[in-house]
Amino acid sequence: MYEQIAANKRKTFLLLIGAVLFAGLIGFVIGSFWGYGPVGIGIALVVATVMSISSYLYGDRMVLASTRAREVSSQEEPRLHNIVEGIAIAAGIPKPRVYVVPEQAPNAFATGRDPEHSSIAVTEGLLSLMNRVELEGVIAHEMSHIQDRDILVGTVVATVVGAAVLMAEFFMRSWWWGGYRGRRGSDSNGGPVTLILFAVGIALLAIAPLAGQIIKFSVSRNREYLADAQGAMLTRYPPGLAGALKKIAGTPTAMRSANNATGHLWLNQPSRIEGERQGTLEKLFSTHPPIQERIRRLEEM
Amino acid sequence: MGLWIGVGALVLALAWGVWAFNRLVSLRNRVDNGWSQIDVQLRRRYDLIPNLVETVKGYAGHEREVFEHVAEARSRAAGTQGVADRAGAENQVTAGLRQLFAVVENYPDLKANTNFLALQEELSATESKIAYARQFYNDQVMRLNTSTQSFPSNLLAKAFGFREREFFEIEDIARGPVDVDLGGS
Repeated sequence: MYEQIAANKRKTFLLLIGAVLFAGLIGFVIGSFWGYGPVGIGIALVVATVMSISSYLYGDRMVLASTRAREVSSQEEPRLHNIVEGIAIAAGIPKPRVYVVPEQAPNAFATGRDPEHSSIAVTEGLLSLMNRVELEGVIAHEMSHIQDRDILVGTVVATVVGAAVLMAEFFMRSWWWGGYRGRRGSDSNGGPVTLILFAVGIALLAIAPLAGQIIKFSVSRNREYLADAQGAMLTRYPPGLAGALKKIAGTPTAMRSANNATGHLWLNQPSRIEGERQGTLEKLFSTHPPIQERIRRLEEM
Repeated sequence: MGLWIGVGALVLALAWGVWAFNRLVSLRNRVDNGWSQIDVQLRRRYDLIPNLVETVKGYAGHEREVFEHVAEARSRAAGTQGVADRAGAENQVTAGLRQLFAVVENYPDLKANTNFLALQEELSATESKIAYARQFYNDQVMRLNTSTQSFPSNLLAKAFGFREREFFEIEDIARGPVDVDLGGS
């Protein structure tokens, strides 16, 4: 367990450094186009550093906000709060904060940077579908991710990839609107500017598959098996989580707030469109082992 | 040459000693922490019992024996010292509560009382937290005891007075595969 914590911290560090360097490169390309390469690097490095630090400090809030999770009090959800507190005691860590996501697909995730700053979010569907033992199994799985600091890597990856996707869209759109105006207006400077925006947008779009690989590298599928096993150790009752996964396997997994940047955080990977089979892009981002295999391993314990 | 080997061995032994000592300290602190978790949950249970008894009394006032038994077990448990005594006394509390809930079965009105239902959820949640706290505590005790018994850390443990601790044993507390769907809330 302690090696895993160390490995996760190392990965987070490498990821953030990588993101900063990558941003610096983009800044250099844009800057040198206007003949101010070093200035471009400087600006990009400052911006990327600020973003990296804030993704470490506030990544959990960004992730929670992007899923529209709402913090619930123990008066609102006494059963959920009691279960989270119980499992936290079993794991010997402070009680995480408790959130509910307004989605009907049964699912859950944990986020934060360490056990002292952690949150567990479950969907409304999970609450209504699972009995106490199954819910305990799910919470124990998430608690293991918190214990092993998987949440740190997962959250940082989500914010870094999320930012890259956002920037790609920003550049593509500003090219689109800028190009539109450029064609109509008499300002001939619009030409090169729109061209460079377009180039950056394309470059960022091209890294989307790369982003998938980065996610896979950071949150390997083995982490899920490990969290399943560790969670079973916490509840001392593997059939709880196995039962929950069976119910999840039997229900649609589509979620409105699902996206490629946060997919790896969830207990079971959400799909974007109801009834859709995994397409190529989905496969690229598939970070979870097949659910049937997870159930089988739990049942063999 | 021989001198340097000797010095090297001494440095290594010292480094190991520091590491092993710190490990024993952290194990002992974890045991203490685990025990205080159990204590917190047991006290929460003491706090719930008077409320529960008052609520049940309103419907089943003549079942005095049961109430007295629970109240007595509770006050005895609150006054005990040491792990083994405490565990024994808590078993009495658990037995008393079970008796109380058996009595409740005969009063359908009571079972529908919202106040009672809230107390029941609170109590069963506390029971399961006690079970989890006990599990954590016993795990930590086992790790500490293994360290104080196995060679060579037992030498260090003896020298610095790290003693083995007692497990917190409870007779099959209500826990585990209960297939009761408690509904959606």
